[in-house]
Amino acid sequence: MTEIITSQTPPILHGPSEKEKKYDRQLRLWAASGQEALESANILLVNSGAGAVGVETLKNLVLPGIGKFTIVDDAVVNQADLGVNFFLEEDSLGKLRSECCTKLLQELNPEVQGDWFPKSVGTLDLPDVLTTSPRYTLIVYTNPIREEDLATIEAYASQHKVPVVSIHSAGFYSYFRTSLPGTFPIVDTHPEVEKTTDLRLLSPWPELVDFAQEMTKDIDALDDHEHGHIPYVVILLYCLEQWRQSHNGANPTNTKDKREFGKFVLAKSRTNNPEGGEENFQEAAAAINKNIKLPELETGLEEVFNYQLSDEFELQSTFWVIARAVKDFYLKHGCLPLPGALPDMKAQSSVYVKLQNIYKAKARRDVHEVLEIARANTGGKDVDLAEVELFCKNARFVKLINAKAPEQQLNQIYDTEKANDAAAEAMKEETSGAFSLPMSNFFIYLALAATSHNATAPADAIITTISSKIPNAIGDKRMLQVAQEVARAGGGELHNISALTGGMVAQEIIKIITKQYVPIDNTCIFDGISSRCQVLRL
Amino acid sequence: MAAISGGGGGGGTGAASRWHYLDQIRRNPGPFNEDSDVSDEALAAWDKAKVLVIGAGGLGCEILKNLALSGFKDIHVIDMDTIDISNLNRQFLFRKDDVGKFKAEVAAAFVEKRVNGVKITPHNCRIQEFDEDFYMQFQIVVCGLDSIDARRWINATLVNMVDMENQDSLKPLIDGGTEGFKGQTRVIFPTITPCIECQLDLYTPRAAVPLCTLATIPRQPEHCIEWAHIIAWDQEKPFPSLDKDDPEHITWLYQKASARAQEFGIAGVTYSLTQGVVKNIIPAIASTNAIIAASCCNEALKIATNAAPALGFEESYMMYSGDDSIYTSTFRYDKKDDCAVCGNLAKPLAVDPAWTLQELLDSFAVKPDLQLKKPSIRAEGKTLYMQFPPGIEEQTRPNLDKTLKDGLGLEPGFEIAVTDPSFPALTFQFILKFA
Repeated sequence: MTEIITSQTPPILHGPSEKEKKYDRQLRLWAASGQEALESANILLVNSGAGAVGVETLKNLVLPGIGKFTIVDDAVVNQADLGVNFFLEEDSLGKLRSECCTKLLQELNPEVQGDWFPKSVGTLDLPDVLTTSPRYTLIVYTNPIREEDLATIEAYASQHKVPVVSIHSAGFYSYFRTSLPGTFPIVDTHPEVEKTTDLRLLSPWPELVDFAQEMTKDIDALDDHEHGHIPYVVILLYCLEQWRQSHNGANPTNTKDKREFGKFVLAKSRTNNPEGGEENFQEAAAAINKNIKLPELETGLEEVFNYQLSDEFELQSTFWVIARAVKDFYLKHGCLPLPGALPDMKAQSSVYVKLQNIYKAKARRDVHEVLEIARANTGGKDVDLAEVELFCKNARFVKLINAKAPEQQLNQIYDTEKANDAAAEAMKEETSGAFSLPMSNFFIYLALAATSHNATAPADAIITTISSKIPNAIGDKRMLQVAQEVARAGGGELHNISALTGGMVAQEIIKIITKQYVPIDNTCIFDGISSRCQVLRL
Repeated sequence: MAAISGGGGGGGTGAASRWHYLDQIRRNPGPFNEDSDVSDEALAAWDKAKVLVIGAGGLGCEILKNLALSGFKDIHVIDMDTIDISNLNRQFLFRKDDVGKFKAEVAAAFVEKRVNGVKITPHNCRIQEFDEDFYMQFQIVVCGLDSIDARRWINATLVNMVDMENQDSLKPLIDGGTEGFKGQTRVIFPTITPCIECQLDLYTPRAAVPLCTLATIPRQPEHCIEWAHIIAWDQEKPFPSLDKDDPEHITWLYQKASARAQEFGIAGVTYSLTQGVVKNIIPAIASTNAIIAASCCNEALKIATNAAPALGFEESYMMYSGDDSIYTSTFRYDKKDDCAVCGNLAKPLAVDPAWTLQELLDSFAVKPDLQLKKPSIRAEGKTLYMQFPPGIEEQTRPNLDKTLKDGLGLEPGFEIAVTDPSFPALTFQFILKFA
């Protein structure tokens, strides 16, 4: 035993700090690196209309501790605000909404800074706010919005390459849309753990082959305990070798062969024991389907490999330098750098740890090879080891968001979504309602977007606006119903829908700021009547 | 240019215009609720509705805010917990000075003060402390719980309360849950639509690591922590009883686990992981709670006002996932005739005849549709094992080591009844089958 435990009631060593305690439940999702990114963020909300959805968004960012937020809003608090916005109180009536909301939001987290504009009623100058403030990390605005304000925000975003999120919440409907400056690559995508296992059973490297051969060279002479604790990776490597000998060197990669191979593996299990079988051989058979397969690229990574860089700004990023190095590695070896993690499996502790170290050592060698390639490439002189490590560990699931301009015009999307709905309708009829596909939310987006600058438009005006871009919308029943539903709200927000939308927008902003998990690409439309979201690229 | 007013008319000064936006929706039927009753009488009845919120944590805080701003005037909230510092990153009705106070009380007082005209009654206790008379006073129950047992208990209670002669005895149950960037909302009309017990297999119990792995062949940092938690603590008893919220206790486990990990060459034991494993911590963030709580309250509003069709009779379950883009799916579940709560048929129970009774009882803890920790069992009306009272427990204890077929004489087709003190209202009925 080591000397760590010397007393029964040791003092608290390296216990969490106050801040780590407060943020414990979120640090388990985005770690210290994500938290640091959030704490450096400076968010601007340009608020208007009923005004609840933007403030609910900020609430969900202030709580986890963004660095700073600013609210720009020239509205004066009225009675209707108090019925929909939780961050106002009776005393707020008649005062600046921006100031009142900022103060009540700040109460949620003393570590977050807040500011507001205008400083007095009737003095808002948005261009001035933008030019005199420190650089914003991200801008959120809510619809309806004045056209000149929108133009100001878009000009700033394009000049400073700042992501923008627009939100519109009315009645039971909402949508939000993210506009990212250029392509947005994510390395730390947090795929499900079960998907990330990469054992390289069909292309083992010499150290792994030696380890497996050493363990199995006298497999029949092993005692029952040893035999029952051979790790399944070793069992599969051993069985694959034998299988290839009786199958002209071919691996069991198709479904039929895999099934046969499963029987082949289980037949090697000892059954003359009290359990009547061996757990490690069962684990081996169960692992065949997912782990014996030829390497193939995920579409996300393929997109990264094939992406043609054109933007000067993007060329400089270390992401692309490392991506090119990983691609070179892939072309040379026919496989990606090894992630290096080994799932748990029945085995003796020491054997498992040795096997784990073989995987880790190979992963480290691959990282260094990629690092060397990257440093030799143009712009890669200062590439950081930690960044290469992260990339190699996650290489298979790297993703690119906003890689190309939207391919379709609104009227083409309209026709596609209409056709999908017709197919869904037919399917429902055919199966007497047993099988139904969700209906498109695209029409909700169209109707809300038609009220971007005129919140209280009646249904016929909404249809008229839509039909100027999409002539087919005239006379469509579903389009009309959705327009009527938007008109019914009269520009008002329902608190629940705005709270829900504010939650989704905050999740997206956290994903964009931390560069972790996968953001939407690029519009999410919510229908509070059927309780469904749909993400479309618009 | 004048500021754009979202509500056009929301600028009134009287308190009546406070609910201007909500009234747009509840006083004007839309294309999806053309036949709804939006008369003053219907709205007045709604003003009297009493809503019960179970849980004043991450979801509960949001639910209270949302219900108050949906026009509900009479709300009760139950929570037995007190506020911990790790709640503050999402439970937005609490401040640092509130640490240690009752959640229900602080949350209720905050929302009452912020939203004029709403009455919120807190109950700082367990839901099991109330009887049916208490639950009968509400029209809707909204749950924001992190415990499966509590969900099962309230579900069974609400199903049992339904009296076909009395329409008011049917209380819609809206249940939310979150984990990380994911969550779900369910709407249940007890006895009419599938209940929580019908869908219990949606929560797969975490597979336990075999004790022999912990004791002899640890491979993962979690194995070392579980060893410290289950084995070392019991052997050494460093403190009278384990308090998972006491940093000193967690530190003891962490150091024990670290030493064991070092002995076996295992990397990765940290204080944070120790705490996570021992307390079974589920990551939780404000934004996901906001989404799920608002979805629950949106359904509550739709049920109460008929302002739009609600989840429940067709699709009853909405699943949200935000970690890889955004996906929602809404599902339709079927009511199960052999559900222990709302069905009336016995389920088949396949067992190995060579199992001991103890092995059978252990299997109930991990069986996805059962998940019982302290089961008692009868076969054909005869008691095989009872957890309580102690006298009967002692008398029936010798049966635990007997095998099912040869030792206890059980045969296929026997009727088996299982009970558990966590769910006093329930009896799980089975028909025995030999596998």
